[in-house]
Amino acid sequence: MNRTHFLAGAAAIIAAALPGLAAAQVQIGAIEILTGPAAAYGIAIKAGLDLALDEINARGVLGGQKIVLTVEDSAGNKDQAINAARKLVGRDKVVLVIGPTLSNEMFAVGPVTNERKIPTVGTSTTAAGITEMGPYIWRTSLPESDVVPVTFKRAQARGVKTIALMYASDDAFSKSGFDVMKASAEKLGITIVTIETFGSKDNDFSAQLTKIKGLKPDAIGISALVEPVSGVVLQARALGIPKETLLLGGNGSNSPKLGEIAGAAADGMLVGSPWFIAKPDAINTAFVTAFKAKYNKDPDQFAAQAYDTMKIVAQTIDRAGAADSEKINAALGKTDFNGVMGPFKFTAGRDPASSDGVVVLEMRGGKFGIAP
Amino acid sequence: MLAQQLTNGVLLGSTYALFALGFTLMFGVLRVVNLTYGFYFTAGAFVALLLTRSYSLPIWAALPAAAVTVGAIAVVLDWLLLARLRRINAPELSSLMVTLGAVLALYAAMTAWLGPDIRRLPAEVLGGEAMIFGPLRITQAQILVLIATAAMVTALLALMRLTPIGLALRAMAENPDAAGLMGIDTGRLAALVSFICGALAGAGGVLIGLNFNAIQPYMGEAMMLRGFVVIIIGGLGDIRGALIAGVLLGIIEVLTAGYISSGLKEAVAFAILVAVLWTRPSGLFGRTQTRRA
Repeated sequence: MNRTHFLAGAAAIIAAALPGLAAAQVQIGAIEILTGPAAAYGIAIKAGLDLALDEINARGVLGGQKIVLTVEDSAGNKDQAINAARKLVGRDKVVLVIGPTLSNEMFAVGPVTNERKIPTVGTSTTAAGITEMGPYIWRTSLPESDVVPVTFKRAQARGVKTIALMYASDDAFSKSGFDVMKASAEKLGITIVTIETFGSKDNDFSAQLTKIKGLKPDAIGISALVEPVSGVVLQARALGIPKETLLLGGNGSNSPKLGEIAGAAADGMLVGSPWFIAKPDAINTAFVTAFKAKYNKDPDQFAAQAYDTMKIVAQTIDRAGAADSEKINAALGKTDFNGVMGPFKFTAGRDPASSDGVVVLEMRGGKFGIAP
Repeated sequence: MLAQQLTNGVLLGSTYALFALGFTLMFGVLRVVNLTYGFYFTAGAFVALLLTRSYSLPIWAALPAAAVTVGAIAVVLDWLLLARLRRINAPELSSLMVTLGAVLALYAAMTAWLGPDIRRLPAEVLGGEAMIFGPLRITQAQILVLIATAAMVTALLALMRLTPIGLALRAMAENPDAAGLMGIDTGRLAALVSFICGALAGAGGVLIGLNFNAIQPYMGEAMMLRGFVVIIIGGLGDIRGALIAGVLLGIIEVLTAGYISSGLKEAVAFAILVAVLWTRPSGLFGRTQTRRA
């Protein structure tokens, strides 16, 4: 039992014991990876949600009602994610679900929640086709198809004419990012010299990188989560792939972990991002300060997206005027929000409307900065 | 490029062999598929991380310290989880399930305690730059893995073949009850084997963590599948077999990825596993109906 859940449980008991004192509450759920190899994402997301929730519940929604968030662990497992969704909808009677963490899991959970007409908002799911699952499936994360082309255009401006692509073939997120990379390269007229795959839990990429080294591409595009990307980057440099070969990352590379693990080997790597910690606007600075104060570490993109999403959800519940799934789903479409990611609206297809907020980042000395 | 690819294969293969050494010994002598082995591997890497990060120990001191610590952890866990099952001659499936449950609990507890993030040993522990030998590039960590694998295989073979303890271990592998009747203290030997296997796994975790720069609680789980392939192809309990099978698996994976398709890497490796088991059910070097240690 996780802490939020425990608190929710405790709150429920107190509410039952003291009917006179307990205010009405709005139950919402989240399904995130809290254990297992990919738990870093879910834990960052939960941190972002909790921080936003603190701020929201200071005032409450619908005239003072508290939002109670029950976070279920999916452990990165599709079946567990589906069970979590059934539990949240069936037992906890949530009016809305946030998550799940991975696109893979969203493809499993989406049909379940959509059928029960529970609005489901992905904060980190960037694969193609997510929102096409049904009218109750939304996402606040920019799909890679909006982010990657910005990065590739920048690489082309730096003289990249040939590229090798690598991706984790056992993961929907990485595969979808790769599809976008391939399409972007083709559209821009960058020649793809080879396409190499690996497993998302692999540690050794030497065979693929040795082959790529022989082909001497101007750039290598890597679509995977940050752990394998760090390994690829380190081994690429160890195998003697020169600094002049530009490394391009997808959404998964957009994590401070890249610099911590790969260090100087990642220098010069370009990564597009819907959010950047050093974005100077006031909303973002306040978020970063509050996050550091609460958790004693820097937020990442996943926490930022979750933070905005929780705020969007709270605002939507207010606009819907009732804790009612159908009304909330209708109100989501009218979202007009200004958060840490910048101005936010949904398209008619329930995806984020604008990619104007995308910044191209460059690794320097183990840290991301805005690419010159 | 072929020379570099073969080198890549041998280096990758040595990590598989290094991981599998203690695993196969544990199976060979104790006749237990002990899944907590993956946890020992993780624990070794984390102990080394602590020693190098917080106490600034150099790698030559952190490596044996981690090995001994994990060896001790392995003795305790074996005593807690398996000693009783051995005493009552429980079926092998029970010990398999007990260790499966224990290892999942241990991974989850570790993640809860230390967080799921991947970490690496401090960069100053070992230079990351590759050394260049003609057309080949090898990092210091990879050379360390090669040397350590060779040293451990030699030491283990010497222990098993040349010492009285080795003789006792082989007797125990052959038939624990008969070995006990011959005056061999099988309980103490089991503890010794646990210690050696834990130490081997711990050292493997340090070296492979150093090599791949990816230390996280589930790192042992990721190696487990390859570990199984290596000890099955090499013959359960066969140390030399594990070395050869590990290196072969590494070379096959690398050559498949380099010259056929990286997407077929696993398919080819596991197809070979199936083919080996069809033709030689006791592994490449195993003889039917004998147990070797």
